[in-house]
This record gives sequence, structure tokens and C-alpha cells, in this order.
Amino acid sequence: MSETEPLASVHAPEDPSRRRLLGAATGVVGAVGVGAAAWPFLATLRPSDKAKVIGAPVEVYIGTLEPGQITRVQWRGQTIGIMRRTENMLAQLPSLTDRLRDPESDIPQQPAYAQNEYRSLRPDILVVNMHCTHLGCIPRVIPEVGAQPFDENWKGGFFCPCHRSMFDLAGRVYTGVPAVLNLLVPPYSFSDEEHVVIGINPEGVA
Amino acid sequence: MNQLMNSIGNWVDERLPVSDFWKKHISEYYAPKNFNLWYFFGSLSMLVLANQLLTGIFLTMHYKPGAETAFASVEYIMRDVEWGWLIRYMHSTGASLFFVVVYLHMFRALMYGSYQKPREIVWILGVTIYLVLMAESFMGYVLPWGQMSYWGAQVIISLFGAVPYIGEALVEWIRGDYFVADATLNRFFALHVVALPLVLVGLVVLHLAALHEVGSNNPEGVDIKAKKDSAGRPLDGIPFHPYYTIKDIFGVGVFLTLAAFIVFFAPEFGGKFLKPDNFVQANSLVTPDHIPPVWYFTPFYAILQAVPDKLMGVILMGVSVLILYIVPWLDRSPVRSLRYRSWPSKVALAIFVIAFIRLGMLGLSQDSSTFELRLWTFVYFAFFILMPIWTRLEATKPVPERVSSS
Repeated sequence: MSETEPLASVHAPEDPSRRRLLGAATGVVGAVGVGAAAWPFLATLRPSDKAKVIGAPVEVYIGTLEPGQITRVQWRGQTIGIMRRTENMLAQLPSLTDRLRDPESDIPQQPAYAQNEYRSLRPDILVVNMHCTHLGCIPRVIPEVGAQPFDENWKGGFFCPCHRSMFDLAGRVYTGVPAVLNLLVPPYSFSDEEHVVIGINPEGVA
Repeated sequence: MNQLMNSIGNWVDERLPVSDFWKKHISEYYAPKNFNLWYFFGSLSMLVLANQLLTGIFLTMHYKPGAETAFASVEYIMRDVEWGWLIRYMHSTGASLFFVVVYLHMFRALMYGSYQKPREIVWILGVTIYLVLMAESFMGYVLPWGQMSYWGAQVIISLFGAVPYIGEALVEWIRGDYFVADATLNRFFALHVVALPLVLVGLVVLHLAALHEVGSNNPEGVDIKAKKDSAGRPLDGIPFHPYYTIKDIFGVGVFLTLAAFIVFFAPEFGGKFLKPDNFVQANSLVTPDHIPPVWYFTPFYAILQAVPDKLMGVILMGVSVLILYIVPWLDRSPVRSLRYRSWPSKVALAIFVIAFIRLGMLGLSQDSSTFELRLWTFVYFAFFILMPIWTRLEATKPVPERVSSS
């Protein structure tokens, strides 16, 4: 019915393109405004300063960590394992290459400075996020070499009780298990010989 | 592409009347063509309501109700949450601005007789929205659990103690404890963030439904539905969209500029919007030197102070708000707009506005003269009580049949 005749009180624009331009300009400016206004709202959902302080780097004393021993600390709610690996353990690592999915650590599950044979800054000290890369359980640490119920040729490593994923003592994932990524190596550095700082890269690394 | 959009649109319309709704309430809702500046405040109230809901939801994500946690969590929002200070100040400033626009909106209705037949229910729903808004803002003010929150709650809840016989029990029931305490805070939180917002939104929907049924009034008070064209559209009406949507967007732009200035440069507004005492945590052992309510309540607080009896004071304060409900029947004038009334109506409204503002100022101050409190309280009520008399007696000018083209 409204198409029949224009309303008496309404006048058609003399130049419709002018009106279109103004309409489009209003729409664009309005969209920018809404976007800018949305930013603070969405930003409130990010970790607050309090959460950031709680998530600050953690310094761990490793002077009393015996060879073969692992200690666990919490960093940003994640369980971080720090292990002093023995010469023997390190010697086992190369022999596993053909049983691993990503032996060269090509997938960036570690900072560049830990992309090496031992997946660590110092060969003996392993710093690794303990959560299984499948669904987040914490694998058991089984450093002994020898047959296990789940693997006859076990060379020592991490075994996840949730879905039977296996990782070696450098946190590298085996083939044929549900997890497909190596354990995550967090950013870390050494403040001195006996202190690891989790959450801070070594000096000179961005 | 267009064809696809059309067929999707038709598919939806056959199942849900989206187009009908859009036409009825937006694109073919005919509003009088002579709206002026005063008609911005309805849509601005909606804007502020939306702001309160949105910022409120985000505040609720960080706020922790409870006497032990509330104050600290508000400071946490102010200091530690990214942009939290902005969201909080948008909410607290928004509360005050809500009352600014609502008061101007109500004044507009008084000025142009927008409550007169057939808009009585629009007015009644509007007054109810105002009442709920008062409860909502009071409870919101308690949530930060500062000194003003605490003692303001203490004072307001104690008002219910004036009820004869059941007063004490009623107060205890409202508080849920023997003093304003954790239980009080938590129930206010529930009411503030869930119950009353639902009621408010529902009332706003009804307010608009009633308005769109009878149509908007206008500064001339002319009934535009009396003169229609062959298609049944009012000759002096223009579709709400695009004409008034465009106009309102301009109003929104100006309003947001002013609001942003307050939020960024004067969020406490010199202690008027947020009082310094409320930045001190609630302490049941120390009463602040002076506990004035927030500015939008002070006129009624002044009326309370004017009466030398607790029960009578509370009753008079209640009546001062509730009397608004019967304004449509107090006004006996045959014309709506002040423009076609004579000097008694104009003078009365002017004096009423002065009385309301003056009462607001007196309620804010600690050492107001009792005489002045009583004078302006008297004037406030005289406006309503005498309204039937002057509106019946005064001469009125004939209202034109059409909105003038000038």
C-alpha cells in the first residue's frame, strides 16, 4: 500500500546520489565507532594485570636436582617438568629416531633455541610442559629402560595414562599414539648455573 | 543474489512476521513531523539502557558479590582489568545520565500533555519504569560496598521500619540479617543484575507497544490521526525510518560526545555521580559525616527531611513519587500542549520545575533551612493538587486541525 503514492508530508530527494553518499558515509563512520567501542569490552576479557603478575616468570633452583631426577613446578597453571638427564639417557635418544613422529623437532613445539637433538638449552637439563599434547593429561615419568606393559622396547620417557601416548626423554612423541605433537617446551633461560627461569627467553633472543 | 535474498526473506516471513514487525514499528510507524529537541530523550533513554545492560554484563564477569570480596573486586576492575575502569565509569556515569534523560523525557510529557487521553497507559508504564529504575540504581549503588553504599543502604532500608506494627520485622527480612550485611549485598546483587533488568526491559517493551498503539504526541498536541490520506496514513506523519532514525542518530552523536567527556574527564562529576566516601570500604563502625543520596534522589530526600515525623515523612516521600500516576486525571485541560494553554499552566510548570530543582539542592546539603524545605515541599504538592483547578479554569487557545507547515 505504501508503494501506491508518496506520502504528502515526505518529499523525494532532489539528488538521490547525494543521499546515498551521506548514508554510506554515516554507515562507515558508525561501523568504525562501533568497532572502536567494542575493543575495550573485548579487551576486558583478556588476562588482567593480576593474572599477568600471577603468570610472571618462575625461577627454580636446580642445584639439588640429582641426575635422573625430575621436579615439577607450576607456571601459568601448567605443570612444567625440569629433569636433569644422565649421560645414559642422552645416549639413548638418537636410537629412537625411526620410532618418533617428529624426531628433528621440525614442528615449532619449542623455541628455536631448543630445536636440537636434546630439545633443550643445556643437554642435561630438560625443561618441558608436562601436559600431553593429545588432551592435556599429565603423563607418568618412566625413566627406566626395559620392557613395559605398553612397550617392549621402552628406552625411558613419558607415558600418558589417559590415552596411552608415549614420549621419549626429550619429550618427542612416538608414532602410532593418539598425540601427534611433541611435548611443548616453554620459553626459559638460565639465570646462573643453578637457576632456571621459566617464562623468559635467554638474553639476545626476542 | 537479490532473488535469493528475497526468497530467504519470504521463507522467514511466512514463519515469523519480521517484515510486518519492521513495518509496523519502524518503516511504517508514522510519527508527527514536528518533533523537536525534547523528543530525543526517549530514544536516548533506550540507548542508556542498552549501555547499562552491556557494561553491566561485562562488570558482572569481574565483580564478586559478598561483603568480603565486593569492594576489592571493584578496585580490581578499576586497576587490574584491561579497560575495566572505562566499563565501570561508563556504567556509573550511565546511571546518572539515565536519570538526566528520563527526567527530561518526563518533563517533555508534562509540557506537551503527552499523558492525556489516549496515552494514560503509556504514562503509567513510564512512571513504573521510573520507579523500577530508582530501585535498580539504589541497589546498584550498594554493590561496590563502599561507605556510601553501606550507609545509604542502612538509611533507605530503615525507611521501611516506619511501617506500623511490622516495620522492624520487615526491615530484618529485607536485610536478611540484623544489620546491613553480606546477605543484603547478595540479594541486592541478584535483584540488580537479573530480576530488575528483566522487569525494566519488559516494561520498556510495553511502554513502546502502548505508544505505537496510540501514536506519538507532538509539541502542538495535534491529533495527527484525525487527518489521513487515502491510504490511511496520517497527513502530518512521517515514517519513523528513515526520518526519525536519522534525527535520533544525530541526537545520539551529540549525547555520546557529552557522555564521553564526562566518562573520560569527570567520571565522579565532582562527587555528584560517585561520592568520595564510596572509595572507602564499608565499615559498620564508622558512619560518614554526611550521607546524602545520589543527586537523582535528593528531591525526595528533601521532602523526607521536611516532615518532623518518621512515618509521615516516609508516606509523603512515597506519595511525592506515586502522585505522578494520577497526573492524567489531575489534568482537566481540553488541550494537551502548553502552547495552547494560558499563563496559569506555564507559571505552574515553571514553579514546579524550580521547586523540584531547589528540593534537589536542599536534599544534597546538610544544613538546609527547615522553612525552605517545607516551602518547596508545599509547592511540589500544590502543583499536583491544584492542577485540576487551574487546568479547568484557564482559557485555552483553539488547537489547529493540522500541524502547521511553518
